[in-house]
Amino acid sequence: MKGILGKKVGMTQLFREDGTAVTVTVVEAGPCVVLQKKDETTDGYEAIQLGFKEKKEHRSNKPELGHAKKANAKAQSFIKEIRGMNPEEYELGAVVKADLFNEGELVDVTGTSKGKGFAGAIKRHNQSRGPMSHGSHYHRGPGSLGAIAPNRVFKGQTLPGRMGGERITTQNLQVVRVDSEKNLLLIKGNVPGPRNSYLVIRSAAKGV
Amino acid sequence: MQQLIRSLTEEQLKQDIPLFRAGDTLRVHVKVKEGQRERIQLFEGVVIQRRGGGISATFTVRKISYGVGVERTFPLHSPRLDKIEVIRRGKVRRAKLFYLRKLRGKAARIKERMTHK
Repeated sequence: MKGILGKKVGMTQLFREDGTAVTVTVVEAGPCVVLQKKDETTDGYEAIQLGFKEKKEHRSNKPELGHAKKANAKAQSFIKEIRGMNPEEYELGAVVKADLFNEGELVDVTGTSKGKGFAGAIKRHNQSRGPMSHGSHYHRGPGSLGAIAPNRVFKGQTLPGRMGGERITTQNLQVVRVDSEKNLLLIKGNVPGPRNSYLVIRSAAKGV
Repeated sequence: MQQLIRSLTEEQLKQDIPLFRAGDTLRVHVKVKEGQRERIQLFEGVVIQRRGGGISATFTVRKISYGVGVERTFPLHSPRLDKIEVIRRGKVRRAKLFYLRKLRGKAARIKERMTHK
């Protein structure tokens, strides 16, 4: 298991040699700093804490600065633990770059999906619409809420509400290209979230 | 940010694309793979649209083949395109010529655009 933190830059496409176009998401991955190592004896699990994007000193508070100082680094604006990354292989303050991944590797990408606001049952739960005309008064409603007898609505009933803006992991995306100079990963397909949002890129948990 | 994305695709962008627009008649040389052999196939017709920018730009060419309208959309920067030749420049008043789909024969003619020297 290995992982890195990144930022979504945008999407574009590339042509393969046979002329087929591959849609890719450009992710600025790293450089990340190892801020803390967690191991079996003190923490009960093995992980590495990475920080991404330096924060200006006057924008960081004392706990942040103190925590970063232990790794001899500047305060970071996006900090996440990558579980299962071997703490023995990395030193405190070490830099992790995009070339951690190779071309063709499969990754899982975690991010916060785009917020859709208060959405109806059709958009939120893929329900179907009623007829729009021919005297129908039922257009985009949530439908029946169940039987009368229980005198209540069961939990889990698909109703309108807030949609999006939640943590989403997209699995098994292929790394198409690694640009170690600019610290870019080109990942096939789309990843969760809007542009400029932070992402966690891990090697695929399931793989194919 | 847009510049960064452009710089990634820069090497795949073609520099030798001739100037053409909707209404022009093109001869497109397409590389076709038949088993092991590769040969060039021609597709000749009127450009009815150009869309997109950068690496994702495409154009659509329409021709009448044995009385049946055939349209093909090519990625402008596709490595499968060997060459684009402009045979005739057309004078049209819009950017998308979808109205040509409803027209046949004489009505579907496009006047030639004369370029001033």
